[in-house]
Amino acid sequence: MSTRDEIQAGLAEILEEVAGVTPADATPEKSFTDDLDVDSLSMVEIATAVEDKFGVAIPDDELGGIKTVGDAISFIEKNQ
Amino acid sequence: MSTSSTDVVVTGLGATTPLGGDVASTWDALLAGRSGVSRITDDWVQEFPAQLVARLAVDPADQIDRVRARRLDRSQQVAVVAAEEAWRDAKGAESGVDPLRIAVVIGTGIGGALTLLGQDDVLEAKGPKRVSPFTIPMLMPNGPAAAVGLAVGAQGGVHAPVSACASGAEAIRWGLDLLRFDRADIVIVGGTEACVHPLPMAGFAAMRAMSTRNDEPHRASRPFDKGRDGFVLGEGAACLVLERGDAARARGARIHARLAGAGATSDGYDLVAPHPEGEGAGRAITAAIRDAGLTAADIGHVNAHATSTPVGDTAEAAAILGAVGDHTLVTATKSQTGHLLGAAGALESVFTILALREQVVPATANLDDPDDDAAVQALDIVRREARRTPLTAALNDSFGFGGHNMALVFTTA
Repeated sequence: MSTRDEIQAGLAEILEEVAGVTPADATPEKSFTDDLDVDSLSMVEIATAVEDKFGVAIPDDELGGIKTVGDAISFIEKNQ
Repeated sequence: MSTSSTDVVVTGLGATTPLGGDVASTWDALLAGRSGVSRITDDWVQEFPAQLVARLAVDPADQIDRVRARRLDRSQQVAVVAAEEAWRDAKGAESGVDPLRIAVVIGTGIGGALTLLGQDDVLEAKGPKRVSPFTIPMLMPNGPAAAVGLAVGAQGGVHAPVSACASGAEAIRWGLDLLRFDRADIVIVGGTEACVHPLPMAGFAAMRAMSTRNDEPHRASRPFDKGRDGFVLGEGAACLVLERGDAARARGARIHARLAGAGATSDGYDLVAPHPEGEGAGRAITAAIRDAGLTAADIGHVNAHATSTPVGDTAEAAAILGAVGDHTLVTATKSQTGHLLGAAGALESVFTILALREQVVPATANLDDPDDDAAVQALDIVRREARRTPLTAALNDSFGFGGHNMALVFTTA
């Protein structure tokens, strides 16, 4: 079980690798599309990387509801 | 409506090739007689009859941002590198041209082959859920043109001719037409290819089209030479910026050369074999010269397609001899770059333009013993060292599997 801080750090690594987001910018209130310039295809890549890193699959119908980094952290925390 | 009398000029050049990561280093290496060919050392090549390749001198991953690069197939990466160099050279960003009047035409022979084959490996090993969401935009053959269009913000149309090894030349012809028909004010044209992978290598080898001179990489690509035994696969891209002469002069752009005319024909003969007398090739050359408002006597230099295959080079020699004559200085730069397939016509147009601008014809490397073929013997093929000579008009021809023939005529600025 990872803590919220650990999940945030892991997610920041994924965001840097996939979308070039500076890790310090990957804070919970940030919107993937509006603040971090992550497009829909990159969100699919991020979902795959999250499954690899945390063992949490994000179904397609849930992915659309994940708008912010905080939403993603909460989803992973709840489903890990 | 504008016609073939429209003055179209070249204001930007860009390239990344087996000889260099930009135009200047590529041209210097060409004139210095260096070879871009090397022997593959990867394990997979052991069973291959043809083990030679002309790899890029500079990895495109070192030239563009990492995150951007991972969403682009290698064929797109090199196209973007070449296009951005050409766009900088033309001072395109400072031109003030309306994005709605900027168009892009980038051809490729094969497209995103490395992505297609790489993602097929992922599919086989890990299943469909692991296939990248960028697979389709990376493998589609219009992908390089689309990536270049995004890079320069072109909104006046993005096009992608596909005619095998004539694709790059065909892109230049489309650009000429777009300007003649006043459908754009600036067009970035070119060709790209990056498909060094076991499958295309095996396919070309199965056609017996590739050189197997594995122990002598630098001597393997030898157009018009008696000892030639096939082409060497190369990778890279080249781009030109085209615009109408009056607009280019009004904004103070540097003009490298004029794109005076183009000709395109098809053989109607065989899917892959060239017509033995180069009949369709000759018609394309004649059409380009006429389109430029010139006569064969004006063409002082021909950068030949000459890939170093036994049948292709003699057919082309017959076409050049028949349509241009024995006065013209012929060179075959694939002797040093290898064959860049869909990028070949664009790169060789860059060389043709530089030959005009610098008044020098590069030598054909490895032409130690010209073929006994009568047309090869009759042509004045520059070899051993580059030849300085006054030039006013020069021609580049390109041919592709499928019977595609393209010829482009450039004149001094």
